[in-house]
Amino acid sequence: METRDWMRDGLRAVAGGALAIALSLTNVVLFLLFVLALIMTPVLGLGLVLLPLVTSLVRLRAEAGRGVAGWWGVPVARPYRPRPPTIGFLGWRAYRWIITDPATWRDFAWLIPGAIVGLGLGLGSLLIPLYGLQGVVLLPLWIWLGTGWYGYGVIWPIESVSEGFLSLPQGALFLAIGLAVAPYLRRFDAQFARLFLAPTRNAELRLRVTELTVIRADTVDAQAAELRRIERDLHDGAQARLVALGMTIGLAEEMVERDPATARRLLAEAREASSTALVELRHLVRGIHPPVLAERGLDGAVRALALHLRIPTSVDSDVTERLDTPVESAAYFAIAEALANVTVHSGATFAYVSIKRDDSHLLLEVGDDGHGGADPSRGTGLRGIQRRLAAFDGTMTLSSPPGGPTIVTMELPCALSSPRTTLSSGTD
Amino acid sequence: MRVVIAEDHALLRDGLTRLLEAFDFEVVATVDDGPSLLPTLLEQKPDVAVVDVRLPPTFTDEGLQAAIAARTRVPGMPILVLSQHVEPLYARELLGDSVGGVGYLLKDRVSNVGQFIDAVHQVAGGGTVMDPEVVARLLERSRPLDVLTVREREVLAEMAAGRSNAAIAAKLFVTEKAVSKHINNIFTKLGLPPSDDDNRRVLAVLAYLNA
Repeated sequence: METRDWMRDGLRAVAGGALAIALSLTNVVLFLLFVLALIMTPVLGLGLVLLPLVTSLVRLRAEAGRGVAGWWGVPVARPYRPRPPTIGFLGWRAYRWIITDPATWRDFAWLIPGAIVGLGLGLGSLLIPLYGLQGVVLLPLWIWLGTGWYGYGVIWPIESVSEGFLSLPQGALFLAIGLAVAPYLRRFDAQFARLFLAPTRNAELRLRVTELTVIRADTVDAQAAELRRIERDLHDGAQARLVALGMTIGLAEEMVERDPATARRLLAEAREASSTALVELRHLVRGIHPPVLAERGLDGAVRALALHLRIPTSVDSDVTERLDTPVESAAYFAIAEALANVTVHSGATFAYVSIKRDDSHLLLEVGDDGHGGADPSRGTGLRGIQRRLAAFDGTMTLSSPPGGPTIVTMELPCALSSPRTTLSSGTD
Repeated sequence: MRVVIAEDHALLRDGLTRLLEAFDFEVVATVDDGPSLLPTLLEQKPDVAVVDVRLPPTFTDEGLQAAIAARTRVPGMPILVLSQHVEPLYARELLGDSVGGVGYLLKDRVSNVGQFIDAVHQVAGGGTVMDPEVVARLLERSRPLDVLTVREREVLAEMAAGRSNAAIAAKLFVTEKAVSKHINNIFTKLGLPPSDDDNRRVLAVLAYLNA
């Protein structure tokens, strides 16, 4: 690690220590409030009002603790049961919802131990470097003020300027140790918080079920909408064109004796209409499952797609083997949607697609050199990608600062449809 | 003869207009969505209307609803409903008022221009024209019609398709007299009281659809 990184980490950790001290103090206040709210429950039912208020403060504090732990590389998920939509903020039902959630009690149990550990480690990570700093500036201060400290480090008392000089290397050493140790203290603090604040296995499963329920509903909705779209496209497109075609031919049949010239014109019209109907059918088929995807897999289909785009697009793929069909299809349409966004919204002159995979995940990236500023909450395109991928437990992240570039990163779990076989060519 | 056309697909609308005009119909109005259909029908009082079942804005069955509503206001207003698929359920709703002057055909039938024009004329004249597809689907499961003989059911199916006695006789290779005997048997067996012959034909078809 470079010296600058090391120092920056250390300073960040020292600041984090100071923050931890401040937050620890709020823990004590919240603990007292929580106990008070519990005690007040039988007294005129005051707890029914107080407890929900205090709990939301406790949860705010616990969420802050989770966020801080996340900074130090210890991600902690939110463990709370979702609030049933029918219950209000206060009152008996809210009260019951709160006290029956084990996460409430785990938060409560954490308040005091969390405060003690947070305070101890916070003081540790703050005081060691401060003491080091004192050593570094001791001598100049001593000379400037003319009054002395009694001693520093191993020298007690300091009796001469030369002894005073010794505080300099000692101080530097303390400072270095303090900065080096502070990030570890922070991480330890985060680990400790996780013991209490992370969801239990049970809660994790429950949260997962809730998440899957939402995803399932989304997937079913999306599928129904897709089927409806296909039905509409067929009804208004190919089917209507074939009817018109039949009508034109029928009319031509009637005319062929009376007015051969008109009949011939009608037949030419009919031939035209039949090829238009075929074009429409082809478009529709491509929208359902592109033939090139069926024939060549993801790699080939994306290359074929790139050739059709208005802006130059490079495709870099190391996934030449076939994936499971649903995954392949989801990945293809996600990339197609992202590229459609690039051509329509970004103003880019160049785009790229990268398709990689590790042992268990397919990693997709679509980027451009456009003006950025894409927002997934607006427009249905990016949300559509998210929904499509969510059905497979996949994720999408978007980086699109104003001024660009825009990068869409997608990740979805996948297994090869057949086990990877060793190629005789030895290329991989 | 004055016609109103309701069809949202421009290609088909123009085609129908061209087709009907080629056979000396006067197309007095064309409509391309559901909400404007009913007012147009009531205002124009056409001799016959050719209506697509599915129209904007909801693309469900606006055309059918407008047709039924128009016939509630003006009983017997002749309407020929076209669709890309046929539902016996819709046929029953259309015939629900048992007045006649309705037709329900697959759009495909338009390509047989002669038959289509015939059908338009029959509906305009108060007849009932059901698509052979509707009839075929009903034949698959007609239970209460078991009282009818095979031949009587054949005659009924032809009646439902809007054919006259003469046409039925020609199609089934029997005399017209035999056909009218079969028809009288059908009326009796289905318990239809003696009345104006056209109306009884509609009721018989309706019985057939309700079977």
